[in-house]
Amino acid sequence: MKQLYYYCKLLECGKISRRDFMGRALALGATTALASSMAAQAVKAATPKKGGKLRLGIGHGSTTDTLDPATYENLYIQCVGGAIHNKLTEVSNTGGLVPELAESWEPTPDAKVWAFKLRKGVEFHNGKTLDAEDVVASINHHRGEESKSAAKPIVDPIEDVKADGKDTVVFTMKSGNADFPFIVSDYHLAIMPSKDGKVDALSGVGASGYTLDKFEPGVRTALKRFPNYWKTNRAHFDEGEFLAIVDVTARTNALTTGEIDAMDRVDIKTAHLLARNRNVKIVETSGTAHYTFAMRTDTAPFDNNDVRLALKYALDRKALLQSVLRGHGVVGNDHPIGRSNRYHADELPQRVYDIDKAKFHLKKAGHSSLKVDLSAADAAFAGAVDAAVLYKEHAAKAGIEINVVREPNDGYWSNVWLKKPWCAVYWGGRPTEDWMFSTAYADGAPWNDTFWKHDRFNKLLIQARAELDETKRREMYVEMQRIVSDEGGVVVPMFNNYVMGLSSKVQHDEMGSNWSLDGFRALERWWFA
Amino acid sequence: MAKIAKMVAQRLALGLLTLFVVSLIIFLGVELLPGDLAEAILGQSATPETVAAFRRELKLDLPPHERYIAWLADILRGDLGRSLANQREISELIGVRFANTLFLAAVAAIISVPLAVTLGVLAALYRNSFYDRAVNVVTLSSISFPEFFVAYILILFLAVQGGIFPSISNVSPGLDFWDRVYRVILPALTLTLVVVAHMMRMTRASIINLLASPYIEMANLKGLSRTRIIVHHALPNALAPIINVIVINLAYLVVGVVIVEVVFVYPGLGQLFVDSVIRRDIPVVQASCLVFAATYILLNLTADVLSILSNPRLLHPK
Amino acid sequence: MNSVMKLLRSAPPSAVFGMAVIAFYIFVAVFAPLLTPYGESEIVGAEFLAWGDEGFVLGTDNLGRDMMTRLIYGARNTIGIAFVTTCLAFLIGGVFGLMATTVGGWLDQLLGRIVDILMAIPTLIFALLILTILGTSIPVLVVVIAVLDSTRVFRLARAVSMNIVVLDFVEAARLRGEGIWWIIGREVLPNSMPPLVAEFGLRFCFVFLFISALSFLGLGLQPPTADWGSMVRDNATLITYGDITPLLPAAAIALLTIGVNFVVDWFLHKTSGLRDEH
Repeated sequence: MKQLYYYCKLLECGKISRRDFMGRALALGATTALASSMAAQAVKAATPKKGGKLRLGIGHGSTTDTLDPATYENLYIQCVGGAIHNKLTEVSNTGGLVPELAESWEPTPDAKVWAFKLRKGVEFHNGKTLDAEDVVASINHHRGEESKSAAKPIVDPIEDVKADGKDTVVFTMKSGNADFPFIVSDYHLAIMPSKDGKVDALSGVGASGYTLDKFEPGVRTALKRFPNYWKTNRAHFDEGEFLAIVDVTARTNALTTGEIDAMDRVDIKTAHLLARNRNVKIVETSGTAHYTFAMRTDTAPFDNNDVRLALKYALDRKALLQSVLRGHGVVGNDHPIGRSNRYHADELPQRVYDIDKAKFHLKKAGHSSLKVDLSAADAAFAGAVDAAVLYKEHAAKAGIEINVVREPNDGYWSNVWLKKPWCAVYWGGRPTEDWMFSTAYADGAPWNDTFWKHDRFNKLLIQARAELDETKRREMYVEMQRIVSDEGGVVVPMFNNYVMGLSSKVQHDEMGSNWSLDGFRALERWWFA
Repeated sequence: MAKIAKMVAQRLALGLLTLFVVSLIIFLGVELLPGDLAEAILGQSATPETVAAFRRELKLDLPPHERYIAWLADILRGDLGRSLANQREISELIGVRFANTLFLAAVAAIISVPLAVTLGVLAALYRNSFYDRAVNVVTLSSISFPEFFVAYILILFLAVQGGIFPSISNVSPGLDFWDRVYRVILPALTLTLVVVAHMMRMTRASIINLLASPYIEMANLKGLSRTRIIVHHALPNALAPIINVIVINLAYLVVGVVIVEVVFVYPGLGQLFVDSVIRRDIPVVQASCLVFAATYILLNLTADVLSILSNPRLLHPK
Repeated sequence: MNSVMKLLRSAPPSAVFGMAVIAFYIFVAVFAPLLTPYGESEIVGAEFLAWGDEGFVLGTDNLGRDMMTRLIYGARNTIGIAFVTTCLAFLIGGVFGLMATTVGGWLDQLLGRIVDILMAIPTLIFALLILTILGTSIPVLVVVIAVLDSTRVFRLARAVSMNIVVLDFVEAARLRGEGIWWIIGREVLPNSMPPLVAEFGLRFCFVFLFISALSFLGLGLQPPTADWGSMVRDNATLITYGDITPLLPAAAIALLTIGVNFVVDWFLHKTSGLRDEH
């Protein structure tokens, strides 16, 4: 599949002909229909118009924002990063993995050593040509004792990274990981030019289609098209301007008055009213972002799986989705794998609101009634407190009394999350099952917010990680989703959509759902009609 | 006059002391807040090791008093330092922002102060008339709405429907003067609506308060016109409280406009301040607070000097 | 009792209107539980019902709570908190302000400097710091806003009484050897009353606004407590589409502000010693 996307990419870039593409795609086992529809899409995408200035209004941004990818703190600066930096690989708009600065990659059979072959002749904004040393330095920026990088946990499994000649980088992992090429697509792992083995992370120099013209943290960022960009069918706008507009009403007004061309985080309460405006279109993508209520399984009463099941059955997910997200999302099934993930377990029965089952499990756990505290703040996710209040109402019918503790927004992630026995949590999600599970469900992971230990699950996790056979992998991941859903410490009520507002003159292909704003690549992928 | 000069000198010295105490209070306040910059920036992604490394890099692992003294020593040398979060020169960060804040405050003041005093004097002159009541109701209603709401209503009519002004005031350094004025009109109008009622009512009340004084009755008996009495006799004597209220409102226009900045996406100092508090970027918090405090102290001193000048009894105490 | 009736009868229409509004609000606030069909935070129907839908006169809010009920409970919470806060602010600010000018000298200097320091720190930021450290609860909110507000009252009281303490009758009282509290209570306070009362009317409404500004930053009264400031905030986006629901709590605040200030104006007029000029 990976190869197929790669060929598709080549077709998009005009490097191979359509006939060539069809031949290779069929050889890879794709059906004729699939191959030709992919070709059609690639060709459709190949006709965007050049020019114009895209003005984005983004609902985050702080004056403390920094250009260092290690400490990108919010969606605003992540979008800036998406515009000025390329990574080794890219999660494409259709969700597959495509080569970016790496042209191809090859694992050893145990998936422990990965060799990435770099694209030749790629130029950084400062004129330097990309070589293997730049990649090594960029990755090392996040590693080591003195790393303050938010990406440190994801590069921790790398035992060693070194250059093999000018165009090859070899990663040696501590243990096999079949998904490693996905990891290096992470937005933190931007490839920057190096000097003496170090990168100047604050310079904002990357290898992408746009150079940083002006950066006023928390206010605006001006970007200019980089004339020597290696991708020929991307970066259509001449210029970009990202404005930090935190207030949602201000953002909406700016879009309706034409001060900006697109905005993220549409106010879902009034999205249907905004949609009536003929100059505006509402675009939604459903990805891996989800809300959870994480129970500490090492703390009573949550150490009893029947109590956890009782609480899972005592929540009306549909009602919650309707009230908190106004339907802009999909219900969750008490595991963190979204429908856009490769191995999402469609076969698992959907957990529903069932008072009798809740009461049954409560009784089995030896409780006739239960009183628990649920900590929430809107810092966890917008509407978390409302969600907790609704949960309280639902659970009351099953004889469970939930006491909603409203925590301060400020310092929520340091004082409440991973500390309080039960709290509301937001997860941006991860593009792969392994990444998600190892981050928040594996025994001993720093962000295992349920403090959950399950031997079978942990064994499967390691097996699946190094398994290169698709069918076997799928079976393992389905079983893991079942285990988390039935025995895990987490209630996953819903997956939230990214809801964006675009001026009608903005055109785009199928929109990436891994992050908001076309996977942070709006500037690179969109164009004006 | 020498007395006033002495007072000004004294007050300026006290002002420096105030600044010192303010910086101390703010430092302690931010220290007492849960979490620090490392935790705030890394947020959900924080792990104990990365937080520790971050702290070491920013010297946040030093004890608070050492950091405060180091900061104070830098300030006394005239060095505001660099932002902990993004290593930018604080003097640069604040310079642009503060100029923006002053510009908005100036535009708002130029509209609101003459308007408020005129309306107030007229209200006192025609007290209890229809005009008096109408002005009262309108100004009172305008301050009863939260600022952001006034702003939304103005945006709705003048930007979204009217299309006269831009809905966001994103000024950038290269903009010429009149473009800048055009872009800040809406926030300035919002602020005007917010502050006019207070100043106008105080003007009216202070004048009416004086109308029972013997010298006003005297003037009345002399047969002077009402306008003359109010403008020439009552207003000068009512100046002290009026000046006071004007200064409080001017200070507000400089210091308290965070919300208007947020709604209009105006890059002023208030937003910088709030962002830095939330992310615990102490040097930036300290520096912006000093700027705010100094502004306030100077405005206040001006008010007191003017009050004394306006009252001969205070100018020449027995 | 008779004299009160007489006084009321002499009130101009605006003051009568003001008093009627205040009386109505107090009535609603006191009897809120009896006047409302549902509980303060009870979820009773679907979300965002329009006016009149399914018997909800003003519709429902984003969680399906009855708007009417929230508005009435809002009166109780908002007025109660604002009133207590303003009184506390005037007590602190007024007493210290008058003391500063009457005693003068070092006390004036000391109080002046403390107030300078407090006022030199931007109010919102100060509130943000303290509320984050101490947590947002109603008592903390009341005390924080009262202390911050009292600095403004202090300055005004001081400015007004500065002109009074230099007058001859105060001088005379001092020479008679009257105590400081006597001078404040009998001479300075009555003569500084009018501007202070005028200020009270405005300060009262600034407290609402301050609370709503805090909720804009996420630090106001905490849900599910209904208060008008946060209710405006929660529904503010609707105004962009011409839906006037957020105007309701704002109008409730405006009406009360106007009522209070009409009464204040009348009082001002009475105490100014001017004969009615009709």
